[in-house]
Amino acid sequence: MFKRFHPYASPKHFHRLAQRLSPWLFGLSAVLFAAGLTGGLVLAPADYQQGESFRIIYLHVPSAWMSMFVYLVMASAGAAGLIWKVKLGDIIARACAPLGASFTFLALATGSLWGKPMWGTWWVWDARLTSELILLFLYLGYLALQSAIEDRRAAARAGAVLAIVGVVNIPIIHYSVVWWSTLHQGATVSKFDAPSMATSMLIPLLLMALAFKAYFLAVLMVRARCEILAFEQHTAWLRAELSDERTS
Amino acid sequence: MKHLQEFLAMGGYAVYVWSAYGLGLVILVWNVVAPRRRERQLRAALATRPTRRPQP
Repeated sequence: MFKRFHPYASPKHFHRLAQRLSPWLFGLSAVLFAAGLTGGLVLAPADYQQGESFRIIYLHVPSAWMSMFVYLVMASAGAAGLIWKVKLGDIIARACAPLGASFTFLALATGSLWGKPMWGTWWVWDARLTSELILLFLYLGYLALQSAIEDRRAAARAGAVLAIVGVVNIPIIHYSVVWWSTLHQGATVSKFDAPSMATSMLIPLLLMALAFKAYFLAVLMVRARCEILAFEQHTAWLRAELSDERTS
Repeated sequence: MKHLQEFLAMGGYAVYVWSAYGLGLVILVWNVVAPRRRERQLRAALATRPTRRPQP
């Protein structure tokens, strides 16, 4: 059904598209990383309360945003695979999981490295940190499920169900700093009034967020290609494509 | 030179700031290297395996 709406929903076309897109996305993310890091590490002034340690924000906040964004992509792709039997959905969901787990781990680790000098502790069991840790376990559970089930279709279905159920955790992470009194500070950027951050500090943060997004898409394209190679290894089109590549 | 030293010292938070960025670098680079290597391995495996012919 989906195929009629969009030809790129077929693994064959997506494989080509992914091959063409990934170098551009890697290039774009490199430029954005260079700009964001220069702005964040060199140009932005030190924070009046936290001094230079606040510069961890340029890694911590984008990776935390990505940890939730990637989860929503993974769950939506899994749902498309589960409900409409879109093969590409299963492929994207599987490709998302290791990346999402990486971003979540990075958000937790950088948060810990920031918490030690600012809060005086590496870890506290407050709502924001605990719900983010649960997100990491959801990713790890998904990955464990994928490697435990031999049949790829069955693994994709089981993984999609887990991913969809786990979506309930996303609003909990987002609103945790509002619903409970946490040691973690509240939202700085996505507030309804103006962000409470100086422009010279905010712009590098937004650049880093875009850099992470471009990086995610670039790596997703490479991972999706791997998944397509594994999923479709017995199909005629992939065989033909690979032998075409060898002769050309 | 003095500027560079000041920059690297990060106002006394060097350990925290640079380990965060070091860890970030390792994770981001690993995520690029690992799937590329896997893609090469998969392609090599598919290339050496003979194509299945229809049974007579």
